[in-house]
Amino acid sequence: MAKITYHTHDNKTHTIDVQNGLTVMEGAVQNDIPGIDADCGGGMACATCHVYVKEEWLDKLPSKEDGEEDMLDMAFEPKNNSRLSCQLIVSDDLDGLEVNIPSKQG
Amino acid sequence: MNKTDVLIIGAGPTGLFCAHQLGIIGLNCEIVDNLDKAGGQCIELYPDKPIYDIPAVPECTGEELTNNLLKQIKPFNVKFHLNERVEELKKNQNRWHVKTSGGVEFDVAAIVIAGGVGSFEPRKFSVKECEKFEGNSLFYSIKDKSIFKDRTISIFGGGDSALDWAIELSNSSKVNLIHRRDGFSGAEASVQKVKDLNDQGKLNLFTKYQMDSVSGDKQIETIKIKHDEGEIKEIKSDYVLGFFGLIMQLGPILDWGLNINKKTVEVNTENFETNVNGIFAIGDICSYPGKLKLILSGFHEAALAARGCFKYAKPDEKLRFEFTTTSKAAQERLGIKK
Repeated sequence: MAKITYHTHDNKTHTIDVQNGLTVMEGAVQNDIPGIDADCGGGMACATCHVYVKEEWLDKLPSKEDGEEDMLDMAFEPKNNSRLSCQLIVSDDLDGLEVNIPSKQG
Repeated sequence: MNKTDVLIIGAGPTGLFCAHQLGIIGLNCEIVDNLDKAGGQCIELYPDKPIYDIPAVPECTGEELTNNLLKQIKPFNVKFHLNERVEELKKNQNRWHVKTSGGVEFDVAAIVIAGGVGSFEPRKFSVKECEKFEGNSLFYSIKDKSIFKDRTISIFGGGDSALDWAIELSNSSKVNLIHRRDGFSGAEASVQKVKDLNDQGKLNLFTKYQMDSVSGDKQIETIKIKHDEGEIKEIKSDYVLGFFGLIMQLGPILDWGLNINKKTVEVNTENFETNVNGIFAIGDICSYPGKLKLILSGFHEAALAARGCFKYAKPDEKLRFEFTTTSKAAQERLGIKK
C-alpha cells in the first residue's frame, strides 16, 4: 500500500491509499480523480494518462520502458518530469509519491 | 440517401464482426468510420503488435485480425464509408435519419455504435493562438503539398509523419524540424536521413525545443520555440505543421440523448441497447456492470446487438436461432455452395 497524492488542475489535492500492484493511473481512475482519461486502458498506446511527477521523485521511479518516451511525444505539453501513469506500478517504495495532472490530456 | 437495415458506426473489430452477425441473420448494413481504413484501434494504435487473447487464435497482430475479419464479412458485400464522421441524427417515424461530416445520408432501422473510445482526431498544439491559423497556415495533415514550394515550413514532431514530410519537403522548401527531445520514435533510417540533411545544411533540426508562440497577421509570419532550459528562438515561418499523432474524441455522439458515463455509453446486457430504442452500443464504447474492454467481449456484444436490431428492421418477422453449421439460410447468405 502506498499513499499517492494527485494534484488536479483545479488546485485540489487528493491523497489516496493505492494498493500495491495497481498502477498510479488505476489509483486515479478507480477513485474518480478527474483529469486522467486513460483511453487505451493502460496499454501504452495513447498518452491520456500523462502526469507530471514531483521532481524529487523522478530518480526514484522505475525508468521508462521503450515506447513510453515515444508516447510522451504525443502528450499534451510534455515536460522533463512527464510520465505515463499507467506505467507506474504502485509498491511500498512509492509511498508519498506526488503527481500533478495536466489541465487536459489532448 | 443510403437506405439499409442497420448503420454501424466504427469499423474496428467489434463493428466488423457485428456486420458479420447481421449478415448471418439476413440483415443488411453499412459502416461509417472517421479513419481512412478499417480496423479501428487495432490498425491505428497497434497494427504490428501481437494480440494473444482472441479465442482460438493463439497469436495475431492487429492488422492480421482486421484482415481476417474483412475476409469473414466479404460474402455480405458491406459498404464502407471511410473518412466520414457521423454528425446528425434524427428520428423519422420508426426509422433513423443520419448525416455524416461529408454529407452522406442514411435511412436506417437501427444504429449500432461500435465507436471504440471515440473518433480519431489529430492532436493539436497546446498554444492557444494556433487555432487562429489552423487551416490557413497551420495544418495537422497535408492535402496539397504544392503550396509549400519555396516557402519556409516549420514541422513539429518526432514520429514517422514528421520525419517523412521533413525529408520530402526539404527538396523544394526551407524546412525546420522541431522536436521535444533528442530521440525520435520514427524509423531509424529516416532519423539518419534527417540528421544527414541537417549536416548538409538542407534542413534545420532543433531538438529539445517546443512551440512557444506563433504570430502573424492573417497568415503565420514568425514562431517562437523554447528550449528545455528556457532559451527562446524566433524563427521566420510561412507554414507550421504539427504531427503529434491522434487522439480519440467522443464527438457528436454526446448530443444524441444517450446515457453517458465517463466517456462510455450505458447499455443493457440483454441486447446492448442504449436508453434510446433502436440505438445499440458495443465494444469499448459501451459500459455495464462487469464490462471488460477486450476484443472478445466486443464480439459477444456484437452478436447480441445484431439480434436486437432484427425487430426494428423486420418488425413482422420472427428471428429463429440457428447455427451456421446446419442453417441453410445462413450458409446461403455466406455464399457457400454444396
